[in-house]
Amino acid sequence: MSGDSVDVLLRLVAVFAGFLVLPLVIGQTEHKVMAHMQGRLGPMYAGGFHGWAQLVADGVKFAQKEDVVPADADRRIFQLAPAVALLPYLLVLVAIPVGPGGQVGRALDAGVFFALAVMGVGVLGSLMAGWASANKFSLLGGLRTAAQLLAYELPMLLAAASVAMAAGTVSLPGIVDAFHWWWVPWQLTGAVVFFTAGLAELQRPPFDMPVADSEIIFGAYTEYTGLRFAMFLLSEYAGIVVLCALTTVLFLGGWHGPFAGGWVWTLLKTMVLAFVVIWLRVSYPRLREDQLQKLAWTVLIPLALAQIALTGVVKVVIR
Amino acid sequence: MGVPGSGLAKGLAVTLRTMTRRAHTARYPDVQPELAPRTRGVIGLFEENCTVCMLCARECPDWCIYIDSHKETLPPAAPGGRERSRNVLDRFAIDFALCMYCGICVEVCPFDALFWSPEFEYAETDIRELTHERDRLREWMWTVPEPPALDPAAEEPKELTAARKTAEKAQQAQQAEKREAQE
Repeated sequence: MSGDSVDVLLRLVAVFAGFLVLPLVIGQTEHKVMAHMQGRLGPMYAGGFHGWAQLVADGVKFAQKEDVVPADADRRIFQLAPAVALLPYLLVLVAIPVGPGGQVGRALDAGVFFALAVMGVGVLGSLMAGWASANKFSLLGGLRTAAQLLAYELPMLLAAASVAMAAGTVSLPGIVDAFHWWWVPWQLTGAVVFFTAGLAELQRPPFDMPVADSEIIFGAYTEYTGLRFAMFLLSEYAGIVVLCALTTVLFLGGWHGPFAGGWVWTLLKTMVLAFVVIWLRVSYPRLREDQLQKLAWTVLIPLALAQIALTGVVKVVIR
Repeated sequence: MGVPGSGLAKGLAVTLRTMTRRAHTARYPDVQPELAPRTRGVIGLFEENCTVCMLCARECPDWCIYIDSHKETLPPAAPGGRERSRNVLDRFAIDFALCMYCGICVEVCPFDALFWSPEFEYAETDIRELTHERDRLREWMWTVPEPPALDPAAEEPKELTAARKTAEKAQQAQQAEKREAQE
């Protein structure tokens, strides 16, 4: 009995450590990769060697700042919103398998649904922040977030459903266990749809209309300062970790690789996907709000439905 | 556009290619910048050439040059001659908080007392300390680079022509003297 609880504790500590470290690694990578893609150097001083401690320095800076709540704000909701934005990603991370044989925070039978449902909750944080800030830009940002969530949750779910159909299970370790290499071309459309929709749900460029700083200052985060603002930023990077890990698990075969490696493969694939996230941010300008909706409803959803049809047909044929 | 999505791929290719190349960042405090030969960094004063004509102070668009002087009387050069008066520079200061680096003072100086120096690291924490006096302006004078060389087919500078003419005249006079002495 006590062995069990130690086991649970260790798993949770490992997940929590990953939750704290991986977003920072991705954030630092973003600093450097984005800089070099733009012909710059990026941070060079913090920590001495190529600015490796830049995000630590940023954290210290955020911690020193005053925590301001606007006078007209809905105080409690306003203060709660960053936690609502951040925590769901931690919860999803618990359910993501990284290696074979139960290397997972907590294996869930309905893992896919759990992950997608809880990821949707994260968006709620932005919505709460936008509504509670008593600021028109925040409200606009919050409403854009809501519109984006509505538009992109559907293709994301459909694409994930296609994989679940292919594997015949909704358990995340079960899906990876059932994976074969030819699933990659088979589920390619679904993977692209899932990844794109995930980017939109995270409000990452080129889908960052809810925070479009040239239009609505910083959207739902306009009124936030200090640590609460830092939590929103952290949730964005935690979201990248979760999205890339989920894409890896669902579409790229998780810990399967050309030679043995276990969890290293999961981590490697996640990091490559995170690089792609950064790459896309640097390469493409922000879409307009109506282009965003058009992309979701006229491109991604039909593609996702086509993928489901293809999955169904192949599934019937190979049975 | 051709194949749909080729524009998107091209965008990705551009950023990826840029990533593999060297960054353009100027690493200024670590690496000194390479400045153009006529960089307008700061104005140096060669005070021996200054005659306190005040042209620079008058032409300065924002009046950032301060000049004080007094007159001195020199004894006559030859006995029975007239006494000469001469301007002596007491203060020459430029307020670089006001200066807009137009260079009119350098252009207008008839005696070549003002020069552009590429020196640029003279920031101060107090705006009043940006008024630099003649000793500091003189230090900057030694950082003024040599003027860039003339084009190969350019006309000879007037100064050189004038100097050569004077030298030739002096030589001829000397030779004439020698000949007289021999005869």
